[in-house]
Amino acid sequence: MSDALLEVKGLKVSAEDKQILKGVDLTVKPGELHVILGQNGAGKSTLVSAIMGDPSYEVDDGQIIFDGEDITDEKPDIRARKGIFMSFQNPEEIPGVTVENFLRTAKGAITGVKDRVIPFRKELLSKMAALDMDASYAERYLNVGFSGGEKKKTEILQLLVLNPKLAILDETDSGLDVDAVRAVTKGIAEFRNKDNAIIIITHNAKILEGLEITASHVISDGRVIKNGGSELVKEVITNGFGSLIGGADNA
Amino acid sequence: MPDFEEKTQVEEIDRSLYDFKDKVDADLILDSGLTRKIVETISEEKNDPEWMRQFRLKSLEYYNSLEIPNWGPPIDGLDMDNIVTYVRPKGAMHAKWEEVPEDIKNTFERLGIPQAERASLAGVGAQYDSEIVYHNVKKEVAAQGVIYTDIESALRGPKADLVEKYFMKAVPPTDHKFAALHGAVWSGGSFVYVPEGVSVEIPLQSYFRLNAPGAGQFEHTLIIVEKGAYLHFIEGCSAPKYNIANLHAGCVEIFVGEDARVRYSTIENWSKNMYNLNTKRAIVEKGGAIEWVSGSFGSHTSYLYPMSVLKGDDSRMEYTGITFAGNGQNLDTGAKVVHIGKNTSSHISTKSISRDGGISNFRSEVIINKNAVDSKSAVTCESLMLDDQSRSDTIPVSDIRNSRVDIGHEARIGRISEEAIFYLMSRGLSEDDAKALIVGGFAEPIAKELPVEYAVEMNNLINLEMKGSIG
Repeated sequence: MSDALLEVKGLKVSAEDKQILKGVDLTVKPGELHVILGQNGAGKSTLVSAIMGDPSYEVDDGQIIFDGEDITDEKPDIRARKGIFMSFQNPEEIPGVTVENFLRTAKGAITGVKDRVIPFRKELLSKMAALDMDASYAERYLNVGFSGGEKKKTEILQLLVLNPKLAILDETDSGLDVDAVRAVTKGIAEFRNKDNAIIIITHNAKILEGLEITASHVISDGRVIKNGGSELVKEVITNGFGSLIGGADNA
Repeated sequence: MPDFEEKTQVEEIDRSLYDFKDKVDADLILDSGLTRKIVETISEEKNDPEWMRQFRLKSLEYYNSLEIPNWGPPIDGLDMDNIVTYVRPKGAMHAKWEEVPEDIKNTFERLGIPQAERASLAGVGAQYDSEIVYHNVKKEVAAQGVIYTDIESALRGPKADLVEKYFMKAVPPTDHKFAALHGAVWSGGSFVYVPEGVSVEIPLQSYFRLNAPGAGQFEHTLIIVEKGAYLHFIEGCSAPKYNIANLHAGCVEIFVGEDARVRYSTIENWSKNMYNLNTKRAIVEKGGAIEWVSGSFGSHTSYLYPMSVLKGDDSRMEYTGITFAGNGQNLDTGAKVVHIGKNTSSHISTKSISRDGGISNFRSEVIINKNAVDSKSAVTCESLMLDDQSRSDTIPVSDIRNSRVDIGHEARIGRISEEAIFYLMSRGLSEDDAKALIVGGFAEPIAKELPVEYAVEMNNLINLEMKGSIG
């Protein structure tokens, strides 16, 4: 058994009969932070959605190994319980379910023990404070009527409460407002330790500022076309993808 | 007797049903419909006052002349030609515990109903300890002059004249065939009288009255709340009531006095063989208010449309309801309001959930009379279908007879979102739990209207229904 937390091997994924990932490999170890880069439609979100087990994608070939176990065919809830978390770009609104109730339920599902109301509330409020979230959010219905920034904060709050082994942050949207960017940055700082790992999709230099990047990967047309470190991230943010994909849009 | 046994089409019914008096058997064999003799026997056994005996017999005439309603879900599963098998004059007609269906027993188990209550809820046991609670409540409110009793006692009690004055005046036996049936054979139920200006602080719960003989089939609830008074009455409970005779034709009548307010909350969970043809109606005087909170679970087929008659000026009604139809169920529910007084207002808000091929229809009728000027009415209904097999329709009717009114109607029908399910599953919830959480959230506006212990029970019930398997 390797010491990898996540191993993606030769992953081919399609949606609505169209192949999007055409063979992707990725290895993430505890303590690491990986940045995934790529143009719109390259397959970045597909990759992380497939790792989470989104049923709208079909795995045609390859394997996803997490913590030494093959989870390629597991349902999303099993993956979550094993320690994978993904923040959504556009999280769903769930009317009638408060943030607090939802998170206590989710934490209970993951740990197998449902916290008592009062201790959980205390924990939740302290984590909300760390993200500069007003305590009143605990009583609001999950994402209902939330602004983009509020949704993002709530996603990060979920990350902190559920405390997974692997956090996947899909921050593809380049239009994140200042608040959202700050929430993600704070969240990563709060979350990160030597035993867990982070995969983040972003081109936002602000989010990555001050982060120790282990590795970066450029995806184009369903394949990883270049691996590197923080220097690759800098290059892409400064110069775009032109030089990497030969200046042609070969999608 | 042996001849008669062959006539019986509902096998599991205890023979004692027919043991009225040996002499009437000939009659029964000749006519399996509802006869004068049967109704007289019921009346005699219940020791009715003379006016009630006459009332029952008159109702029987209406029953025999009225047609079966043909505008709603099919009820041909009811053996109307053999209606006598549904009528039960004695409390002796108990099923055996062993005969209570497994799913009902499992539900008791999962809802954590104490053993003693399970037997009683299943119609196979005697009264249980909550009777003591009921007596304490009764004593407490009596100090305020409130009368809370079973309706049979009320017929002979200090307010007997009020029972005579109001009994089936809101829902006359001529209303429809099952109201007529009710008038002829009713048995059990509650009577509440709240005197002028009295505000009853604790909700009165008929849960404690569940075991009155005949309750759960043709029970009658009569509530009279005088000027300026307030009452919250809660009827039913979340545990499924099992009855081997599968027709329920109960009746609820609420008289709301001037400036009085009545809140009537109910969670009904009938066993899945039940035809629930219940009639509920409130008459509201000037400045009064009726608030209905209604959760309809269980039953095979339901017709349930609580009606409010806004008789006095400035009177108002609010109806908040939820219906959950699963496999094999056809639940036709909604509300009805008649605006008579000036400046009256009605607000109807419902949610329905259907899954596993269940049918849940919303039916409403808003009538605003010529003189009911400056009245307002708003109707909203939201339906959530959990799969492709389930069905949901809305049938709103308005009959507006003056132009100085403000009315609105809004209907939304949707399917549960796959994306939302994935989102919740990605947080560790199983698919079933994810769906249950979404449905629970959908039902939250109704739960909020219920006392907390009932809201919890309703949530448990939704979770159970969500996990119920096909067939």
